[in-house]
Amino acid sequence: MDLAVIVLIQVLYAIASLVVVSAGLAVVFGMMKVINLAHGEFMMLGAYAAIESVRVGINLWVAMLIVAPLSVAAIGVLLERVFIRRLYGRMIDTMLATWGLSLLLIGIVTSVMGNTTAGISAPLGNFTVGAYSVSSYTLVIIVIAIVLAVALRWVLLHTSLGLIARGTMQNPQMADALGINPSLVYSATFALGAGLSGLAGALLAPMTGVVPTMGGAFVAKAFITVIGGGPAIVAGLISSSALFGAISQVATFAMTPVFGEVALLAGAIVMLRLLPQGITGRFFKGAL
Amino acid sequence: MSTPLPEQRTSIPVPGALERFAHSWKSAALTLVIGILLLAGLPYALDDFALVQATVYAVMALLAVSLGFVWGFGGILCFGQSAFFGLGAYTYAIAVTNLGDSTVPLLLSIVLPAAFAAVLGYLIFYGRLSDVYMGVITLTVTLILFNVVNSTAGPEWKIGHAPLGGFNGIPNIAPLNMPGNVDDVIGPRGMFELTVGALLVVYLLLRALLAVKLGRVIVACKENEQRVALLGYDSRAYKLFAFVLAAGIAGLAGCLFANWGAFTSPTIFGLAQSAQIIIWVIVGGLGTLVGPIVGSIAIQWLTTQIGTQQAINSNLVLGAILVVFVLMVPKGIVPSVGQLGVRLLKALRRGGRGSLAASNETAVQRAHSAAPAAEPGASRSAPDSSRKEAA
Repeated sequence: MDLAVIVLIQVLYAIASLVVVSAGLAVVFGMMKVINLAHGEFMMLGAYAAIESVRVGINLWVAMLIVAPLSVAAIGVLLERVFIRRLYGRMIDTMLATWGLSLLLIGIVTSVMGNTTAGISAPLGNFTVGAYSVSSYTLVIIVIAIVLAVALRWVLLHTSLGLIARGTMQNPQMADALGINPSLVYSATFALGAGLSGLAGALLAPMTGVVPTMGGAFVAKAFITVIGGGPAIVAGLISSSALFGAISQVATFAMTPVFGEVALLAGAIVMLRLLPQGITGRFFKGAL
Repeated sequence: MSTPLPEQRTSIPVPGALERFAHSWKSAALTLVIGILLLAGLPYALDDFALVQATVYAVMALLAVSLGFVWGFGGILCFGQSAFFGLGAYTYAIAVTNLGDSTVPLLLSIVLPAAFAAVLGYLIFYGRLSDVYMGVITLTVTLILFNVVNSTAGPEWKIGHAPLGGFNGIPNIAPLNMPGNVDDVIGPRGMFELTVGALLVVYLLLRALLAVKLGRVIVACKENEQRVALLGYDSRAYKLFAFVLAAGIAGLAGCLFANWGAFTSPTIFGLAQSAQIIIWVIVGGLGTLVGPIVGSIAIQWLTTQIGTQQAINSNLVLGAILVVFVLMVPKGIVPSVGQLGVRLLKALRRGGRGSLAASNETAVQRAHSAAPAAEPGASRSAPDSSRKEAA
């Protein structure tokens, strides 16, 4: 019984962390069709922003939930204005340029912060289930993932902001004719995506440790999740996170964490062969 | 539908002087002559250390050519070319440790990555996955291989009696030997000649391939896959062939790399390695075969120079180069230099017509110095397919 609860919590945590890691990319790729290979480095910047804020005495939760997303969103706006907007509609070139950006960001952060692992310890301590002890922070991540998904859906579906953003992505000329500035909407959407990536990096910093090259571990997983999800942004994010998170966690229990990772990636390749349009390309059609 | 307007007919790109040169056998012959001169001359010009350094440049150039072919001519952006490179290196290392004689391992290091690419390519091309998925899947496969090989550190992980070594890699790989004679192993100079020779042979074979129908259909698939299919070709099979061929070449490069350092480790599967290959190709010139060679040598030289000082991080420089080239020099060095040469030549001709004959002399010299830069498909619109459209 206790074991079952633990397994359930771990599977939920795996799913939740995939949702958190992929949310920023889901916005940038799902809405703007920009393949942002610097996604992992945005996370890394968020993690460093949180760590540095804590070091100068800001409260941990403020640092993770407010400072990190805002600072990475600001960096995102800057990069969108300078580089990314020259490449809209050129998918492969965007992919290459953002890969260049990711190397550039790794290089800059390595020069400034040094190539060492920094970290903050997980807050809130542990709680016990029978004979097992679990970090309470695991539950925080699960709650935040749920809040994130609900909030994202609400913003996109029920606010005028979300309506304007979706309309602009579908038909920028029409939005322009209706008095909306598309370039502003693009910047704002990219900032939202970057901010979510920064939040993810800050949230996972206590669990993973922070190095300049930490982004590489997340970018492939995030991409697989977003692409596996298909065209619906939020429904796709949740359904593919659930599928891949469960696969990876079960494989981790059965063998080792490395094979959990491998099972996730291999499962994704098989799934893309079976459902080339992603999960929501086949099921839950018309959802968001 | 009305008949096409005359304007539309003239909009078909007419290959310029540069492209015509790049597609003729002359450019291939010129590259070959330069290559043979380097092959024969460099062992005398360089000391042993520089020669060993030149060997690894040539190994990486071979790897760059494999991606330059599949991406520039097949239109398949493979983010995981390093997967085949690493597989080649590991295959050779494991097989040579088990077998002793290096002939079969050398062949295996080409065949096994190619077979792996065939399975992977079948999943991708016959699933009709788009470019983006292609990039992500190849990247993912590279990461899987890296993770798996990286975690095989314990003594229980071995194939035959070759331990995989996990993140430590496999040291002391036996070098190539003459077929049948295990004691007659290759030396540094032989290694250099073998590597550059392999590079030249691969270059020549690829040029020949691009000149025959098979190669032209591959280029046509890149230009307009639907049209190729309507003409009755199975584009999936042609793309798969290009993918498998490139994987085989990358495997050969991996085998040579394992020979060069007598060592292989999981980092050759890594993201950094994959990124490097793409940077080489895009810097040198996409859609050419000489471009990736030039790009790989230039970038490696640069990386080595950066490594000798502490102030600037090499990731920073590589990233900046990639961004700048994608945004500002999307064609890469070789086609850009070629175009510059042609423009210079034209300007000189125009200016020199009424004046001294001496300037004509320099124009001819410029033409010769610009010549090695020219390569097939120097512009994005390959004349092969445009000719087909015209006909």
